[in-house]
This record gives sequence, structure tokens and C-alpha cells, in this order.
Amino acid sequence: MMTPQNAMLEVKDLTKNFVKRLDMAGKIAQRLGSNIREETVHAVDSVSFTIEKGEVVGLVGESGCGKSTLGRMIAGILPPTAGGISFKGVEFTAMTQEEGEAAALAIQMIFQDPFASLNPRMRVEDIIGEASVIHGMTDLKERSDYVGDMMERVGLGREYIRRYPHQFSGGQRQRIGIARALAVQPEFLVCDEAIAALDVSIQAQVINLFMDLREDLDLTYLFISHDLSVVEHISDRVVIMYLGRIVETAPTDELFDKPNHPYTTALLNEVPRLDQRGIEYEPVSGEIPSPLDPPPGCHFHPRCPHVTDRCTIEVPVLREIAPGRLSACHLNDQ
Amino acid sequence: MSGDGPTLSVCNLETHFFTRDGVAKAVDNVSFDVDKGEIMGLVGESGSGKSVTGFSILGLVDPPGEVVGGQVLFNGHDLVGLDDEQMQKLRGNRIAMIFQDPMMTLNPVLRVDTQMIETVLAHDKSISKNEARQRSRDALGQVGIPSPDERLKAYPHQFSGGMRQRVAIAIALLNKPDLIIADEPTTALDVTIQGQILYEAQKLCRETGTAMIWITHDLAVVAGLVDKICVMYAGRIVEQGAISDVLDNPVHPYTVGLLGSVPGHNTRGERLYQIPGMTPSLLNLPTGCAFQARCPRADEACTAEPNITQPLADRNIRCFHPHLQEAAE
Ligand SMILES: Nc1ncnc2c1ncn2[C@@H]1O[C@H](COP(=O)(O)OP(=O)(O)OP(=O)(O)O)[C@@H](O)[C@H]1O
Ligand SMILES: Nc1ncnc2c1ncn2[C@@H]1O[C@H](COP(=O)(O)OP(=O)(O)O)[C@@H](O)[C@H]1O
Ligand code: SF4
Ligand code: SF4
Ligand SMILES: [Mg+2]
Ligand SMILES: [Mg+2]
Repeated sequence: MMTPQNAMLEVKDLTKNFVKRLDMAGKIAQRLGSNIREETVHAVDSVSFTIEKGEVVGLVGESGCGKSTLGRMIAGILPPTAGGISFKGVEFTAMTQEEGEAAALAIQMIFQDPFASLNPRMRVEDIIGEASVIHGMTDLKERSDYVGDMMERVGLGREYIRRYPHQFSGGQRQRIGIARALAVQPEFLVCDEAIAALDVSIQAQVINLFMDLREDLDLTYLFISHDLSVVEHISDRVVIMYLGRIVETAPTDELFDKPNHPYTTALLNEVPRLDQRGIEYEPVSGEIPSPLDPPPGCHFHPRCPHVTDRCTIEVPVLREIAPGRLSACHLNDQ
Repeated sequence: MSGDGPTLSVCNLETHFFTRDGVAKAVDNVSFDVDKGEIMGLVGESGSGKSVTGFSILGLVDPPGEVVGGQVLFNGHDLVGLDDEQMQKLRGNRIAMIFQDPMMTLNPVLRVDTQMIETVLAHDKSISKNEARQRSRDALGQVGIPSPDERLKAYPHQFSGGMRQRVAIAIALLNKPDLIIADEPTTALDVTIQGQILYEAQKLCRETGTAMIWITHDLAVVAGLVDKICVMYAGRIVEQGAISDVLDNPVHPYTVGLLGSVPGHNTRGERLYQIPGMTPSLLNLPTGCAFQARCPRADEACTAEPNITQPLADRNIRCFHPHLQEAAE
């Protein structure tokens, strides 16, 4: 197992709750005696893991399980409710202002929607170059050259430097987003569904680009995706989340060859694969629960084929089941 | 209803959009058949014309778009040129469409039961409201919605995204239509819910002989579900055939590139094949084969229009230099 010394990122008991406040109608209903209450979503529930320098860690889970929330806390754009994040051994909250700024540049996030995340009224040169001038990676005189280099690095011709985002295709816009992140010379990229909006043929271009950048720039990644095939292709290690909690983490090969947690098994069974033909589909057993009202004990128990009484009461802890492998399931106690 | 012919036969369909910047041939000379109980996959990149093909079949193309040529034979009768009233009768009755966004089917201000009962009664005026409610309830149960009796009384916004899509699918299944056109219905859903929906789709086609067109850009989904496949590029079908034949032995360079670029079980750590360049604008296509700027096999011949040929049994393609050696091996 890795020690915190060589961990690039360490997340400990990280928690984020969102409180859904009552609107006016709700408040009035409450006054009138309705049992309507403010609801709390435990979007991320006491999550701990580490990422080593140079590693690509895939983060997988169903929609709404808390992947983006976790990613945004790590990228420093969403404050945690509880728990801590350390970058290169220093806890975020213990950083000096200088250290905090350095960490904010070192950790960059790439978003799903390549259009919404680019200012439509800014030219590519400004989009990519603005932050790097402010932070002294380049100066106004050298900026065009610097931005041009970044564009070439992600496979965009530098002749496009004067264009606006709408003059690019989806895949090219995603490259602009990547170039903008690279321009501040990050060490760690959080990619949140960074290729989900792209066509298959363009997805391949961007996946290859991420792999090249990892080699060339020695980058570390947290790669969030609901697409298990992509995660299997790109990751060294995979973290599986279910309703705010990590249920399993393992090296990619081991996870795909021999999943431990029943949820991982269920997920892998449903992954569509190119080499399958004439599948006999089966109905899902159990209902997908709401994150507003997760089942007690093991969150997965209403859907689990191995459920026992214990599972409905006691939360299984995430613990080591083999070197480098963690799983949160009572079955491992037997 | 004519007995043995295909449920749907699309012949030389052409749908154009007359935009300010020129004419976009969104569907250009497209032909295919779908038999009773058969599932056909329609795949291609975004903007390749998949949805417009579906809309054209259903008579849902609005100006500046227009079906300018071809036939859509549904149980032997041409749908092109039917008036709105006749089309509306067919839709939600003998033909249903499932959209990527379930709110295109669901009315946000009506309770689910109101919408479902209305759909049943529109089809069969002889049954009672109670029977219609019963049938609606069963349909919700079929798509895996728990406590369907209570859920019937809910409004669409009280469902999660995945459940809303399942309600929309339940509505499409209600009258056991002869043809369903499903336009990327599972793209926004998780794999476990997707599996559930694929299960219902498959069951319906098998049990009631419904013909289905499954539109998607996800080749892995069609691999397990469909019987045959059409690959679209820039408004045209460039390759079509039985699903195993096409996936195991693709011969059109675009299909070959597309399949090579899908990450999977055996690609870990390797570079994916990437189709160079980007999807062309329909307003600005080269003369001849639309794929030529991105095609590794392109030569002078490709500046002419490739016609449909049948280089292998049961395989139609549009290409001058298909990968036939590889296919023969
Ligand atoms: N600002 C917010 N206010 C209230 N609830 C929120 C907020 N942001 C997220 N949530 C809730 O927190 C949970 C986790 O959301 P998150 O966006 O992290 O999910 P996700 O795993 O990224 O899902 P997806 O795959 O759909 O992107 C969800 O139940 C979501 O509704
Ligand atoms: N209302 C419209 N006006 C102009 N062009 C349109 C319109 N709707 C669709 N198109 C064009 O038709 C082509 C095919 O679109 P579509 O069928 O939606 O593609 P997809 O394969 O992604 O479903 C695209 O080039 C699109 O820009
Ligand atoms: S703890 Fe129990 S319910 Fe949860 S995954 Fe394990 S066996 Fe299933
Ligand atoms: S016709 Fe020519 S350009 Fe078009 S796909 Fe075939 S080889 Fe390539
Ligand atoms: Mg998200
Ligand atoms: Mg579409």
C-alpha cells in the first residue's frame, strides 16, 4: 500500500451535505401543520482515498451518487462539510495563502460540457492565456507564442488563436478546455465526464490526448466517468461509488476480472460490450433508491442478491480485503 | 394490413432543410426495411441524420425542413403526404416514438394516469375508463416502476429522470404498436436502468411482433440488442447488414474506423484508432464521397458519388474501395 508520503492527494472522511431549503409554499405548508421538512442530501458521505503521483484513478458510479461533488471539492471549488483534503502532504485548511494559491493552480478541473465552460465572447487566445499571464507563467509579450504552444500540444493549429469558441466543433472545444487547464502548468487534473458529450470518433482523439499528456507532462488524474469501458481503458485504479460512499477500490485489471462488491458485479454485468450479440436482457431487481432517502445499513441492500439481516442495520466499513484492494461488504467477514 | 411484407419499408427517402446558408440534405437517399419483430440499429455521429430520419418517418419534420422525395411504406401504405390528422391517428397508436428527452412525450401539467388513459382510449374507444386505467397500471409495472397504483396519480416532475424515461416508454408500449422508433432513449441513463429498458424493448418485439428502430451513437448497445444495423454518415447510409456481419467484418472505411475507436476490454493502455479530422458540415460537403477528407483509402475515384453496391451477401455499402480482403480472411 502507498504511504501518505508519496501520495499526491489524500482525501480523509470527506463529506458534503446539501440542505434543500423549503421554498415559500413549503414554509406555509409547514406552518399549516404539514410534515414537510428541509431535506438533507448526503452527496458525499465520509469518503477516504489516496492518489499517488502519476496515477490515473477512475471514479465510477450511477448518476447522482456524488462523483461531481467529490471532484469539485478536490478541485477546491466547493467547500466540504467535513473531512479533509491534503495535496502533497499539506491539508488544504492548513495551507498558507501562497500554498493555497499554488495548489489551486496545480489542481485543474475539466468539465463535461465543452461549450458551457468557455466564455463565448472571449477569443481562444484570451481563454487559454488569461490565467497564465496573471500567474506569471508567461507575460503579455510572449502570450501569443505561449498559447500557440498550448494549442499545438492538444492538437489544435495555432492559426486558430483569434477565433471564438462557437467556431469550433465539440471535440475542438474540449481541447480548448484542456489547453486552458494545461496553460497554468497543473500537476493534477480532475476530469468530470470530460468526453461524455463527444462523438465516438472524437472521444478516441481526446482519450489518446489524455494518455499522451500523462506521458509528456507527468500528470496525475482523477477521471470521473459513468462509462466503464472508457474507465477500463484509461485508469490504473478504479474507485466505485454508490449513494455517496465508496464501496470498492481496486487496480483496474483486478476489478474488471474479479469484482468483490455485489454492486460492482451488478454494474459490470450491465456494461454493454461490442463483442456481445443477441443478449437476453434481464429485469433489474429492486428499485434505484433516492439519495434523499438512502436505505439504512448497506445502501445497496434493497438490490443485493446476497442481502442478510445484518446488511439492513449495520453499515459495512470499507476495509482491505487483499493488498491494494478495498471493499465495503459484510460478505467479506465470513 | 398486408400480411408478409416488412412492417416498414423506407425507399430513397430525402429530407432537406432549406436554411439561409443553403440546403442541408439531412437525409439523402436512404432506404431500409424493418420486418415484424425485428430490431434495427441506426448509428452515426451527431448530425449525421439519425433523428431526422425518425422524424421523417413519423411526419414530424417542420419547416425549414421538408421530405422532398421517397416513400415510407408502413404495412404497405405510403405515409409520405398523409395529412396531419391521419398521421396523428397513427402516432401513439400503430406507431410510437420514444425521444431522448422524455418530456417530449410527457405533459408536465397532467397526471400520469390522465395521459396514459387518454392514450389507451384514443386507440380503443370500446373499453371502459377502468379497463384503461388497469392497462396503464400494468404498463408501468412492466417497465419496473414500483407501486404503480400510487405512481399513476403522480405528476411527471415527481419522478427521477430515469423513471420519467420509463414512463415515456410505458406510454409507447401501451397500445402494442406495430412500429416503435426509439431515439437515443437510454443515452442519459445509467447502465443498470438501460439494461431494464433494453429488456422491455426486446420482450415487446418478441412477444407482440413490434418492429423497432433503435437510434444511438453507442455501438456497444446495438451490438447486444439489434438484428441488423445501418451506419449513417452525413445524411447517407454508408453500410448496412446483419449486426454480426457488420461488427465482425466491417467493410466501409468509416465503419472500420468507428469500430476501431471504441475503447474496450482489450484496449487498456493502448492508443485508440482515431478517425482524423472532424464531422463535415452538411452545407459544405465535398463532391463525391462525404467521407473522403477523413478516409485513409480515398483517391481520385472518390470525388465521384459512390452508389450503393452489394460486395457481400446481405450487405449494402457506398464506397469505391471497401475493406474486402480483410473481410474475406
Ligand atoms: N447544489 C446542490 N444542491 C442540492 N443538492 C445537490 C447539489 N449538487 C448536487 N446535489 C445532489 O447531490 C447528489 C450528488 O450529486 P453529483 O452531482 O455529485 O452526482 P454525480 O455522481 O456527479 O451524478 P452524474 O453522474 O449525474 O453527474 C445528488 O443527489 C444531487 O442531486
Ligand atoms: N430545424 C432544423 N433546421 C436546419 N437544419 C436542421 C434542423 N434539424 C436538423 N437539422 C440538420 O439536419 C442534420 C441531421 O440532424 P439530426 O438528424 O438531428 O442528427 P442526429 O444524427 O444527431 O440525430 C444536421 O446537420 C442538422 O443540423
Ligand atoms: S453488505 Fe450485504 S447488502 Fe451490502 S453489498 Fe454486501 S451482502 Fe449486499
Ligand atoms: S468512397 Fe473513397 S473516400 Fe469514400 S469511404 Fe470509400 S474509399 Fe473512402
Ligand atoms: Mg456529475
Ligand atoms: Mg439525434
